[in-house]
Amino acid sequence: MSVDHRVSMPLAVERRTNAACAGPLNGEVEQFLYRQSECLDTRDWDGWLDLFAPNGLYWIPAHPEDPSPDGRPSICCEDRYLMRTRVKRLCNPKAWSQLPPHRTSHVVSNVSIVDDGDESGFIITQSRFHMVELRWDKQRYMAGRYRHRFVRLDSGLKIDLQRVDLLNYDAPLDYVLQSWV
Amino acid sequence: MTNAVEPFAASPDGRLLVERDRVHRSCYTDEAIFQQELKNIFYKTWIYAGHESQLRKPGDYVGFMIGRQPMLLVRGDGGEIAVLHNRCPHRGAMLCNEHKGNTGSLFTCSYHAWQFELDGKLAALPSPDGYNETRLRKGDQAADMKRAARVSSYRGFVFANLATTGPDLDEWLGEGRRAFDDMCDRAPDGDVEIVNSCFRIVQNNNWKIFLENQLDAVHASITHISAAKAATDTEKEIKEETGDDAPPFYKYLSSLSTPLSRWATLETRAYPHGHCLLGGYIGLRPTDPDTVIYESMMRERYGETRAEEILSRDVHHILIYPCLSVQPAFQQLRAIRPLAPDKTLIELWHFRLKGAPEAIYRRALAYYNLINSPSTLVNADDLINFWRCQEGLTADEASEWVSFHRNAGQDNSANGVTRSVNGLSEMPMREMFRAWCKYMSEGTHNVG
Repeated sequence: MSVDHRVSMPLAVERRTNAACAGPLNGEVEQFLYRQSECLDTRDWDGWLDLFAPNGLYWIPAHPEDPSPDGRPSICCEDRYLMRTRVKRLCNPKAWSQLPPHRTSHVVSNVSIVDDGDESGFIITQSRFHMVELRWDKQRYMAGRYRHRFVRLDSGLKIDLQRVDLLNYDAPLDYVLQSWV
Repeated sequence: MTNAVEPFAASPDGRLLVERDRVHRSCYTDEAIFQQELKNIFYKTWIYAGHESQLRKPGDYVGFMIGRQPMLLVRGDGGEIAVLHNRCPHRGAMLCNEHKGNTGSLFTCSYHAWQFELDGKLAALPSPDGYNETRLRKGDQAADMKRAARVSSYRGFVFANLATTGPDLDEWLGEGRRAFDDMCDRAPDGDVEIVNSCFRIVQNNNWKIFLENQLDAVHASITHISAAKAATDTEKEIKEETGDDAPPFYKYLSSLSTPLSRWATLETRAYPHGHCLLGGYIGLRPTDPDTVIYESMMRERYGETRAEEILSRDVHHILIYPCLSVQPAFQQLRAIRPLAPDKTLIELWHFRLKGAPEAIYRRALAYYNLINSPSTLVNADDLINFWRCQEGLTADEASEWVSFHRNAGQDNSANGVTRSVNGLSEMPMREMFRAWCKYMSEGTHNVG
């Protein structure tokens, strides 16, 4: 939703990685992604927000061919302020749809480094996720592709942009998405 | 004096279903009533098909539903628009199963390769000699893709009607035309263009529960308190942390906590055929530089007086019963597609104002992304309440009635328009059911 945040990421996976360096970075990124999914599954919202750079953006495109959220409809597009707004809603005892809270379980896999960031300063990774969500005794299943663009700040590795391409991006959704996928 | 509003008030088992201030729960849950609604309402009124700008060239098509009938809106060779049943007359297979596409110069069935012109006429079929001595011949209507009985459009918005008789589109829309006039007039070029992206969300509730909610000013500050409070807090934090005002779209959320006393001042109106209007509350005349440029463009195109008349309109929702909820000021619409008594598909679309600056489009886009997208902080709570209603009404016989008593007896009707005594009145729900009774009691029209 951030209007002043122009972002784009290569749509095709074009490896620009020095394979010899990929080992430690791969491990670091994998641990990061596991931590991120754990934040969602344990409702550690502060931990979730802390994964993003100050100008970080979370984006679920409406179409897989969209290169950027700029000027286009998005299933979800949030900067940190909108993410904080979502957290505040989820934590409000009068968020009626959170009675009881929904639950999720994520699995992240197939992690690969697309750009090790040596030249660009941005580390780009691709991975696949599966997510099961329980709400009001009903389970639903989602899957898709994550693409993360990281920056390395003094506080550590942070997400500059997370792009989430849902497998069912154009299919009717039963109910809505209450938190991030 | 009877409490019944119209002759149609009895269910097949003889019970009174609709009274002037309350409605029996079976209107929302009963499969037989739902089937009757399809026949008496959805198959005989004008149903929104799509927008002309979705069909750029011959062969372009869009799939949509009228009740349970899959339909195709298609652009013909000469540019004309047709609405066809998406069904091969041979064995009934759907001819297109994508939401949209281009079929070339013919529709071809994937099962036995029957082929049809873009107006539905049979063009070719395998082994034509096999039909020589039969009752089905090329040229017979029964061998063509069935056409909707009537197709008509208003300012680019295309509607189809499966019945040959009944009012024409203009007459049926009546004051509901304001939905499209208000939207299109806001464009300096007087026209809108669809943004070819649709969000589809299934609600686990009866379609009428959604329609009633669109005119329900009482629910907003209660249902949406968590979203409104969160946005209000963020607005403050942005101001504190950055010194800048929060982006204007936060208001779309924070304004939901408008107190009931303010909602009470809103105007609601009901028109013939079930169409309704809810006045605006967000405040649509900001004074930022983009708006200033846009408003000056409008004055240039329309003249001072007319431009001011257009820009000062403040309508939140206009309901085109039973199939559309339109937000003209944000150039969005929601098409309502009933799937079952307890299941409703909502298709959410938005439009660009032709000739308006990009910044004005961005405003509509922000509303679409924030309020109408699948990650909406708003409908998350609406949909759970609708579902709770549906479950509560289905559960048992403990609660037989749905109450529409608020300000009953105070509705003011004159010249075909009913006005509520205040914005919190349940007048629109009562009037929608008055229209419902009329549709249901009139029976089916001649089906083309």
